[in-house]
Amino acid sequence: MFKGKKVIALGERDGVPGPAIAECMEAAGAEVVFQKTECFV
Amino acid sequence: MVPALRAASNVLVHVPDLVRYGSKPWRENSGGDAALAGALSRRLRSFAEAVAYPPNQVFIGNMAPGDLGEGPSPWYENPVPEASAKGAFGEILPQEDFYPLLEAADQFGLLLFGPDAPSGADAASAAAASLLEGSGPGKTGPGKRGREEEILGRIESGEALPLHRGGDLIGCVRRDHEADESLDARILLENLAAKASGAYALRHLLLQEEIAPEEIEYVISCSEEAVGDRYNRGGGNLAKAIAEMAGCAGAAGVDVKSFCAAPVYALVHAAALIRAGVVKNAVVVGGGSLAKLGMKAYFHIEKEMPVLEDVLGGIAFLLGSEGGGAPRVNLEITGHHGAGRPSTPQVMAEALVRDPLERAGRKICDIDKYAVELHNPEVTLPAGAGDVAATNYRTIAAMAVMKGEIAREEIPAFIESKGMPGFAPTQGHIPAGVPYLGHALVGMRAGDLRSTMVLAKGSLFLGRMSQQADGASVVVEV
Repeated sequence: MFKGKKVIALGERDGVPGPAIAECMEAAGAEVVFQKTECFV
Repeated sequence: MVPALRAASNVLVHVPDLVRYGSKPWRENSGGDAALAGALSRRLRSFAEAVAYPPNQVFIGNMAPGDLGEGPSPWYENPVPEASAKGAFGEILPQEDFYPLLEAADQFGLLLFGPDAPSGADAASAAAASLLEGSGPGKTGPGKRGREEEILGRIESGEALPLHRGGDLIGCVRRDHEADESLDARILLENLAAKASGAYALRHLLLQEEIAPEEIEYVISCSEEAVGDRYNRGGGNLAKAIAEMAGCAGAAGVDVKSFCAAPVYALVHAAALIRAGVVKNAVVVGGGSLAKLGMKAYFHIEKEMPVLEDVLGGIAFLLGSEGGGAPRVNLEITGHHGAGRPSTPQVMAEALVRDPLERAGRKICDIDKYAVELHNPEVTLPAGAGDVAATNYRTIAAMAVMKGEIAREEIPAFIESKGMPGFAPTQGHIPAGVPYLGHALVGMRAGDLRSTMVLAKGSLFLGRMSQQADGASVVVEV
């Protein structure tokens, strides 16, 4: 379902980090155009 | 020597008129949105409201963390009746008494207060009053009172920022170099706020334990501010500045930094120095984070809540040698997150909880209480930032399931028994597990608690030098 899609991956420190989301998305065939991890506390 | 945790102190400083200098409000308001600035000032709390706020009462030790879960919510609508600003192991300082502390912290004439500014002469806090002895207007230091024209002149020239009490201008803070962004007025105010609140926490700890400041040998600061000029931004040693202000004249000082994980590292380092015989005692101290004031204020305003991020936190812990029932800091059970490991919550929980306990032959269920990052969920949830403590407890419980220590259906009971609601202000390093240590000492002295693991994580990726997070843990037990 992600093949050929462009993805923006926003990670969170206490959740899933941005690079982990990006890796999953790339493995699923998506193009990650931006990935970042943020901390909201 | 076997290192032990001998005392803990948690302080809060209510600074409604400094919320505007938090990073987020400053950025929003400097955009010139007067409506936003007005909304912010209308939603600020009074000192009495901040004192009666249940999580703040837990922070200073007048209520147990578990009381929050049993009491009515939302907490901000259910103040504690007859709440006191003085707690079992902490206290809450009003802004009126903090401005003089800022002035006492200033050795470079950065602050200029007018004749109507508070002097701190009537400070109800013994810790604040003792820090003000020998400093301030007419005594030592630069604390002369300025004329109104002088203050206005500095502000209008662009070199200084105004300091207020309610709607009144009472002083200003200036930059110390026109071209050095590290010595900008707001940055210097951040650093002074961390120094003053850290010294306040340290002096409160010393008074509470009736220890002369001169007896302290080593001070480690886990504060977050990047103290330094343009050639050495973050050069640091705020520890020594705090020690000096608190009167610890013989103490060496050093900063330990790792974002919000720093307090746990600092505890481990202090305990290791004692165990190695380098020093007989050490204090870990953290001053408050001005930058984080009002970080989520606009979510709170949107939801018609008070602005809850209106306090600076301060923490101080005294470590010495075992004896007299003081719990030991067990350096055999310390967790670290290796630089090459992924930063996922599961790997972090393995590194901080599972692995150190396994190495020591302990089970996850052997620890009585886990003190994770104890951010107050009432602050974070309206901003969509989740319940940090609850998330971390679920991860630890899941680890216990994976190890076969508990069944999946026992997760809620595990969290209820070994966790607690977050109660600390969202001040970065301040909620890092360590605010529970005061409660742990109370529980251990009463024989109700045998062990706690303190664990915290740091967001290294915020500095853009690594995509990594970091983490550290240590067990304190009798």
